[in-house]
Amino acid sequence: MAWNLKSDRPIYSQLIEHIELLIVSGIYPAGSKLPSVRDLAGEASVNPNTMQRALAQLENDGLLYSQRTSGRYVTEDVDQIMKIKNGLAQGLIKEFIENMENLGYDVKQAIQLLERTIEEEK
Amino acid sequence: MENILECQNLVKFYPKCLALNSVNLTVPKGKIVGLLGPNGSGKSTLIKLANDLIQPTSGKILIAGMEPGIETKKIVSYLPERTYLNDWMTVNDMIGFFGDFYQDFNKSKAYDMLARLGVNPSLRLKTMSKGTKEKVQLILVMSREAQLYLLDEPIGGVDPAARDYILDTIIGNYNPEATVIISTHLIADVEKILDEVIFINQGNIVLVSTVDDIRENENKSVDALFREVFKC
Repeated sequence: MAWNLKSDRPIYSQLIEHIELLIVSGIYPAGSKLPSVRDLAGEASVNPNTMQRALAQLENDGLLYSQRTSGRYVTEDVDQIMKIKNGLAQGLIKEFIENMENLGYDVKQAIQLLERTIEEEK
Repeated sequence: MENILECQNLVKFYPKCLALNSVNLTVPKGKIVGLLGPNGSGKSTLIKLANDLIQPTSGKILIAGMEPGIETKKIVSYLPERTYLNDWMTVNDMIGFFGDFYQDFNKSKAYDMLARLGVNPSLRLKTMSKGTKEKVQLILVMSREAQLYLLDEPIGGVDPAARDYILDTIIGNYNPEATVIISTHLIADVEKILDEVIFINQGNIVLVSTVDDIRENENKSVDALFREVFKC
């Protein structure tokens, strides 16, 4: 998954969102070890201090934990990961509904249209 | 935190031109800092003063608490705007030269980076393209285990792919004890790797901020803010 960082928002918060996405999508599964700060910073082409800050925040949120000598790991708490996954899904749905409302559809029509589109895709 | 670079009321007058107007500035250890300003704003003057290449008219510039001189040159690795290397020398020659000259030069690091870039170390500099020459120079400069790296326009003459390589090299060599100061006007390319930015204009420091503070407070990129502040 490419690190598509936008230029008008803080880098730090975008890094947090991207790492959350990597975790909830299973690229970094529960309990797995994360690459080093330097490697992650290199991969995302960002300042290592900014990456460090993002990881520290994710640690505070309980999504990551560090082992004093061996590095950083994804939490083994699957419920916690699911909670974040649900949160991200809700965000996408809200955005969808908002966009549909901007087009002039109410929620009911939007759902109908969604179902019809899925049906046609099959 | 200890400061690696400090300017106190630093003034530099060239004949008929005030290049730096009483600059006060501190740069801490362990940061990657962008020195950003339009052409003729004083970026190179500041960097040359830090390297003892020119003398301040008044005020002070201190590197790790010392005035620029032999001792500071041991801990400062400088990439000038223009090449000063002899182009009849091969890359091997230059690595030997740097190894003799600087105690902190790490030859294996230099060969490692050259190999990754696919540069043949037995080639003479004059047979290389401008971009390759710039890459070789940057490799030489980044292969020192210095405390302060002063890079004057390191990405000006190279293609976008080489730019990414150079920026990755800077990130890959990041050391929490060392500071990197990059002067450039190609802001969009460098802002992701910077901790802090210093805006300089007509010899005055107009802004010192972190990249994320600018994005958070202004809701725009450093590049966009720069275009606004320095609108012609």
